Amino acid sequence: MNTKKNKYMNSYVAGFLLGLLIIAAYYFSGEGLGSSGGYRDVAIGVINKVSPDYAQSNSFTSIHVANDHSPTHTWLIYELLGVIFGAILSAALYGRLKFVVGKAPHITNKKRLYLAIIGGVLWGIGTQLGRGCTSGLVLSGMAVNSLSGYIGLVAIFGFGFIFAYIFKSLWIKKIR
Amino acid sequence: MGPLYPQDLLNPEYNLLIGALIGVGFGFLLEASGFTNTRKLAGVFYGYDATVIKVFFTAALTALIGLFIMHNMGIIDITLTFYPKTFWIPTLIGGAIMGLGFVIGGFCPGTSLSAAATGKVDAMAFIGGVMLGIFGFIFTYESLWKSLRISGKMGKVDIAQWIGIKEGVFIFLFTIIAILSFVVFQKWQDSWKRKMDDSDIDDLGI
Repeated sequence: MNTKKNKYMNSYVAGFLLGLLIIAAYYFSGEGLGSSGGYRDVAIGVINKVSPDYAQSNSFTSIHVANDHSPTHTWLIYELLGVIFGAILSAALYGRLKFVVGKAPHITNKKRLYLAIIGGVLWGIGTQLGRGCTSGLVLSGMAVNSLSGYIGLVAIFGFGFIFAYIFKSLWIKKIR
Repeated sequence: MGPLYPQDLLNPEYNLLIGALIGVGFGFLLEASGFTNTRKLAGVFYGYDATVIKVFFTAALTALIGLFIMHNMGIIDITLTFYPKTFWIPTLIGGAIMGLGFVIGGFCPGTSLSAAATGKVDAMAFIGGVMLGIFGFIFTYESLWKSLRISGKMGKVDIAQWIGIKEGVFIFLFTIIAILSFVVFQKWQDSWKRKMDDSDIDDLGI
């Protein structure tokens, strides 16, 4: 069975176009493509709404609320709103807009969702400690030859390969 | 000469609009290339799917070479852009935490947003986890993380200068490494494909 929903854009073409977007982001806005920074802005926006005093007193959040605009009125937030729209557009074109739990077939839905939450928590901590994620720290960092981008690349994927070996049963049923 | 917005050559509203448009392209490409399929993402670590390596390194190469040429032709001044400062200790430790999160959670922040937008329930759970993690980090920042996060400070460091070679030489070396990785991961994927069930091949679209 080879339907449209299993068709993907050629990886090299997609990568080339993604590279052009990074160049455009740097040229027009002086920004790299990012994700985790936008999540952080949302979190700080919520905290600032609930308790502006706390947002001012915490030295992690205070640098983002000192401006004259809302902490969520940032380039990254608008970029992420675009990401949501763009992903829906592509999924609609390929016929992939559907509620589904993505996972390896031998993992139960419940187990997958718990693991997704735990993995997310780790990313929440790791991105704020490590100053960005796969897009903002690594990809955009590599694009400008930044050492931190390459440290991020080696750390995320290097440790990823080690952890993948330990957690192989989450993704691969058995060795055939 | 770019970057435009940091030099007040672009008004703030247009800057945010451009951010949104770039985001649309970013989200579209993540979905179209298969990055909303968690099995394809995890495949990079086991070798059964080469998509992540191909897209990721092609994007990095394109941007790296493009910006290098533009910088040298005077079309953009990289030093005026968001240029990440290096704090090697927290980035190394944070990266290890993210690597574990990648294997357990099957997404990263950007891919999970695209996936959740298109109906992947596991990605919605993942995003809930990310927000929990960030709130937890913020609330424990002063006592747990602050000194670690600002340790290993090196400033704005260019990797080629850090190694002690010319930028062009570094880019050339990285290009070779990327091409070699394409070949190796393609062969790895091919060797998996021979022993995979049709349903798995279908699910991955490889």
